[in-house]
Amino acid sequence: MTKITLDRRELLAPLFPDKDKWLFVSGLAGSSKDAAGLTNDGPNLFTMAGCMGSAVATGLGMALSAPEKQVAVITGDGELQMGLGSLNTVATQAPANLTIICIDNGTHGETGGQEGHTAQRTNLAMIAQGSGIPSVKEITSADQIADAHDFIRNQPGPRFLWCRVLPGDPTAFKRNFNPAECRIAFRNAYFQSA
Amino acid sequence: MSKHPHDEWSQVLFRQFKDAGVDLFTYIPDAGNARLAELAEEDNETRLVLLTTEEEGVAMAAGADLVGKKSVLMMQSSGVGNCPNYLSFSKGGNFPCLMMVSMRGDYGEQNPWQYPMGQAVDKILEAMGVMVFRVDRRDELEAASQAAINAAFRNNQGAALILTQKFLGAKAF
Repeated sequence: MTKITLDRRELLAPLFPDKDKWLFVSGLAGSSKDAAGLTNDGPNLFTMAGCMGSAVATGLGMALSAPEKQVAVITGDGELQMGLGSLNTVATQAPANLTIICIDNGTHGETGGQEGHTAQRTNLAMIAQGSGIPSVKEITSADQIADAHDFIRNQPGPRFLWCRVLPGDPTAFKRNFNPAECRIAFRNAYFQSA
Repeated sequence: MSKHPHDEWSQVLFRQFKDAGVDLFTYIPDAGNARLAELAEEDNETRLVLLTTEEEGVAMAAGADLVGKKSVLMMQSSGVGNCPNYLSFSKGGNFPCLMMVSMRGDYGEQNPWQYPMGQAVDKILEAMGVMVFRVDRRDELEAASQAAINAAFRNNQGAALILTQKFLGAKAF
């Protein structure tokens, strides 16, 4: 079995040194904290604190509607598994500008660290491959982040990057939880940049 | 080629949606949206997206809205039961969510499995702040769909066009 040594708090910054060029959607809880830490809760990031399972579909709607932009979904293993069918929808639509980053800590971190399916037998990379997503990669250690950086830029999209991390704390960051305010901020920034 | 039984009004609805700026049509197939889905697939300016479950379309609508695009989610009434949690986007976040719901479990239904959800559609939508615009007769269609379009995209909220079995006809078993 692969030994996991990756600390999630050290993942996103080296993966996205060009973070201002991307549009980000993040799933609830830890992945949104990590994403908000990356962008300083900037207006090119829409974080969620509910609607569990919706992050991939939200990113898909965005990627199909803004084909000139690179869109990255950053979400956790629990959130992703609540909307697994969306991987099939992504594969069929095949937006070249969509990247899915799954930060998999193998636990439901926000609710007390209850062990999840991926700590048992579930392999999310094989699920993504089986869905028909053309480019899939797994990383488990910090020395693989440079490869992952190139993977999400050079491999044909849509892409799925399975980042298996230690079950430690996410980035400490207090983001705006108001979805209506976050919607307006994101749209305004997008229209100004377009 | 014989004409689809729902061709006439589907053409009308497609034109209304397109005129409103909708370019993303998400759906779970149903007899009631089959012709409209074909039209969305055939048109060069619109995209048809097959979902795996209806609530994906609520999230896709939110993602499209974040970059200024409009979508419509087409589903059978049973699919309304899959959507409430995701309708937090519209009720709590002021995201537009335009839906077209083709009814089962109301007038003339012959499949008993369809009644429980069919009869709960209005209450579930109401509970999540979705305005409901019902079509029982052909002459109600244009006004109801325009009202749903206006509510969704001018007031930034959930709005459902409900095509009843009086309008669609009940499926025979």
